[in-house]
Amino acid sequence: MWTCGGFHRKGLERYLVGHTDVPNQMATTTSKKKTARKAAKGRVSAETLAKGQREISVSEFFAKNRHLLGFDNPRKALLTAVKEAVDNALDACEEAGILPEIHVRLLQKDESRFKLTIRDNGPGIVRAQIESIFGKLLYGSKFHRMKMSRGQQGIGISAAGMYGLMTTGKPVHIISKTSRRTPPHDVVLKIDTSKNRAEVVSEKEDPKSDTLFPGGTGTQVVIELEGRYQKGRQSIDEYLEQTAIANPHAQITWVTPTNETIEFPRAVEELPEEAKEIKPHPKGIELGTLIQMLERTESKSLSSFLQDEFSRVGQRKASDLAQRADKLSSKTITPRSRVSQLGHAEAECLYKAIQEASIMAPPTDCLVPIGSRALLAGLLKEVQAEFFAAATRPPTVYRGNPFQMEVAIAFGGNLSSDESSRILRFANRVPLLYQQSACSSFKAVVETSWKNYGLAQPRNSLPVGPLVVLVHMASVWVPFTSESKEAIADYDEIRKEMKLALQECGRKLGTYLRRRKQMKKQSERRGIFERYIGEIANSCHSIAGTDKKKLYDALLKQAERKTKEADQRLDLDGKIVSAKRLEQDEDVIILAERQASIGEDENDGLFGEDMPPTTKRRTTAKKSRSKKKKKKTS
Amino acid sequence: MAKKKTTKKTTKKTTKKSTKKSTPRGSLVSKKRDQETIGKIRDLATSVAKSGLAQREPRIEIPIRSINNMKYNARKRILEMGSNTQQRELFNVGQARKFMQMLLVSKGCRDLIQAEKTLSLRGMYYMTLHTIEGTSEKTFNEQGESDTILEDLEVTIDGLREELHVFAKKRGTMVGNITVIDNGDEINCRRMGTGGYAIPSICEPNVIQFKDCDADFILHVEKDTVWSRFNEDRFWEKHNCILTEGSGQPPRGVRRLLHRMHKELGIPVYCLLDCDPWGHYIYSVIKQGSINLAFESQRMAIPEAKFIGIRAEDYDRCKLTNDVKIALNERDITRAKQIMDYPWFADKKHWKKEIKTMLGNGFKMEVESLITKDISYVSEVYVPQRLKDGDFLD
Ligand SMILES: Nc1ncnc2c1ncn2[C@@H]1O[C@H](COP(=O)(O)OP(=O)(O)OP(=O)(O)O)[C@@H](O)[C@H]1O
Ligand SMILES: [Mg+2]
Repeated sequence: MWTCGGFHRKGLERYLVGHTDVPNQMATTTSKKKTARKAAKGRVSAETLAKGQREISVSEFFAKNRHLLGFDNPRKALLTAVKEAVDNALDACEEAGILPEIHVRLLQKDESRFKLTIRDNGPGIVRAQIESIFGKLLYGSKFHRMKMSRGQQGIGISAAGMYGLMTTGKPVHIISKTSRRTPPHDVVLKIDTSKNRAEVVSEKEDPKSDTLFPGGTGTQVVIELEGRYQKGRQSIDEYLEQTAIANPHAQITWVTPTNETIEFPRAVEELPEEAKEIKPHPKGIELGTLIQMLERTESKSLSSFLQDEFSRVGQRKASDLAQRADKLSSKTITPRSRVSQLGHAEAECLYKAIQEASIMAPPTDCLVPIGSRALLAGLLKEVQAEFFAAATRPPTVYRGNPFQMEVAIAFGGNLSSDESSRILRFANRVPLLYQQSACSSFKAVVETSWKNYGLAQPRNSLPVGPLVVLVHMASVWVPFTSESKEAIADYDEIRKEMKLALQECGRKLGTYLRRRKQMKKQSERRGIFERYIGEIANSCHSIAGTDKKKLYDALLKQAERKTKEADQRLDLDGKIVSAKRLEQDEDVIILAERQASIGEDENDGLFGEDMPPTTKRRTTAKKSRSKKKKKKTS
Repeated sequence: MAKKKTTKKTTKKTTKKSTKKSTPRGSLVSKKRDQETIGKIRDLATSVAKSGLAQREPRIEIPIRSINNMKYNARKRILEMGSNTQQRELFNVGQARKFMQMLLVSKGCRDLIQAEKTLSLRGMYYMTLHTIEGTSEKTFNEQGESDTILEDLEVTIDGLREELHVFAKKRGTMVGNITVIDNGDEINCRRMGTGGYAIPSICEPNVIQFKDCDADFILHVEKDTVWSRFNEDRFWEKHNCILTEGSGQPPRGVRRLLHRMHKELGIPVYCLLDCDPWGHYIYSVIKQGSINLAFESQRMAIPEAKFIGIRAEDYDRCKLTNDVKIALNERDITRAKQIMDYPWFADKKHWKKEIKTMLGNGFKMEVESLITKDISYVSEVYVPQRLKDGDFLD
């Protein structure tokens, strides 16, 4: 849920920590109401209001704002709890360099009450940290960390625990083992929401639990909570399925409330590279963040603040920014100005200066895409298709934030052919299950003209056919449309990259479909010739008195020879060569054995009208015309 | 006039007998030509069989019937087919079916000629239609398929449609100062009532002969409705002419008859067509020949045919009202520009001007629009005036 990014956290922090000077430009939904009121009443009443904010307790906040954290209804609450725990497990394993093995089990206690158990083989959590991690919201948050990871807020798992406590009154039960030599510690925690702190209910060292962690380390979390379990779209099953696709290095076991065990086996044996941490880029920062950074920095002068806290700002750029800010400000601003002396107004000038100045784009080597091969491996094990292709775009930047797009498609096989295609959306390897049509990726798929690749596509809609499209955005900051972090915001740069990746995959699909059609034709060829030669022998016999049987046999012999020849010629000339190119393409997988099942329902979008190959003599003009036409069709 | 009519009546019997002798009823062309056609079809089948038996690929060379293989012969002022051909091969996935159909139609025509019968295009379709043995595939899926194959066959063996004993659905009407012999029956076109003489689809000399004619010219109009107006007003009587109509683009029969009357009787042809690209195209077809039947232009085109109207200027000239305007649509505009680019219009300044004026006006007009002036304005004022002034487009 809290994939990455500060929006969210900033909003929350205001309630919880109670910063008084919240800038009105902050673009967070959480603060929208307040900001509006503040703007209407002016500064004084805003101060008063802000004082009131300080007194809101965590539980009060949480009770009122469940929906912001993904607990808006019982079904979604279950999903969110699973998601928080699984995302944490994956993050922990990756950071520790361990191939993840995750067990998820949901036990139904009564109609609306469930016991959720999630266990991983990660590094474990040292005893001293347990209370803070599970009992404190916003614990361990690295506010200025610009690093690609699933979680960043430091509220995920504690929120899940808190939701459990609030709906069932049951504490959270943690068993964690941090080394082979020490026995696991077993801790039962009750979260004191008013104090934002955990209370230990019971605690022991329990060697019996060693069996839970055959790898020597790991963590198990048990939460009892209210919920509703239902399969289908936006379910735990879908979330895990898609998680398995985007994380083919993970092994996931899922035991459903009906005691059904579903395995998502590991498809690639190596861990993704570790993401590098970078400093934020000046252009990617909002005014509110800038103000907080100014407050918290250890740097003394403006110049060193800019150089220390941001990427791509050197001494010269820092002076340039200070100069520009000075021009906008009523108070003098120099590179040597004390940071502590800069007020709100100066911060705003500095913010404007940053927007004006041209600053080198941030480094992009901090991104770790899933990679075409891993994406294909992930899709391959979860989707019963016949054709797979993937494309990874080079990293680029929107609003100062490095990002990278990846797309993979699966086509044919057992996928349904008369429905709209399905889009699987991911941000930093986390599946996005809600608000599809608000998502930039949805728009990118709709705007791609799939007709060019041989698929049907009603106007302004998704293509129709046995197609699954996977879109993944990797970024140190994924811009979501709202705090529920369900849809990627529609930035032009992002949509453009998505479309380029989609087109790359689409072209490969087009080549494949054209070739599949050709192969079908080849097998038909024999049939065609043999079908007609009987008629021809009859006619010739009737008109010219030719021996019917003799002519038939002669023509049949030729037909057989011709089909053989034609097949061979196809092997040598361009068409099959291009197909070979497909086969040699590392980003394409074709499963011939799945082809048969859909051979019949040819979708004749573009390739329907094949021009009959006619040999033209003495017609140079005509020849070039028909060539042009062929080019257009291909 | 009345005198002439009676004389014709008396001669009727004798003529009938004499014609019967020269060409028996039921035969479109002479026995000799029939034998020649059968020979050509046999040659076609033999060459296919020979190649097949000799393990060579059977193929048929077919002249191309499209705008790309068409030349405007500036001297003869007609469209002619070029010398480009295409190979139809049996062992070619895209062509195998057509190759087979070609032989089926050949056989169909041969049988028809041998039986001394004729069939419509639709009849030919049914004659060659069956399910291919051992499959569920039909030899032809629709009449259109067999129609094109027949046209391919015509150009391939250089035979005319009537030589193949096939005719198109008949269309077109005639009335006027002429008597024709149609398959031995004498037809006095002065006494055809309101319906007129239905022009047969085959108007070869074997079928149609001209017995007597004292008309000074032929007025060809686009549509049946306009033709009825002129007939009711007895225009042909008053102006001593022949009045024909071709229901839109005139079919082969009408064009062949116009061509023959023009050539054999030596009378000019004037066309009264709508002021729109379609009307202009019809004029072009009558005058130079059509793209599809370029190989028959020699026998059908009338390079001397003139265009009476109606013309773009008529809106002002005849003081017509807004109501008659029909806006030109996108397609009209492209078509008009295409027509202007036809090579046979290349040196016709007046025509270019006419089309430009129409495009400038932005609307088209039908001949019927003249009815807004007066019911018989077209037959009593418009055409007589144009004829009197000799004001035509050429
Ligand atoms: N299964 C686990 N194994 C090891 N460490 C864990 C595990 N779960 C959580 N942690 C640690 O606890 C911290 C807090 O987790 P929490 O889910 O509350 O926040 P987060 O993952 O940092 O951010 P978000 O709120 O976006 O999920 C993590 O940053 C991680 O260091
Ligand atoms: Mg988390």
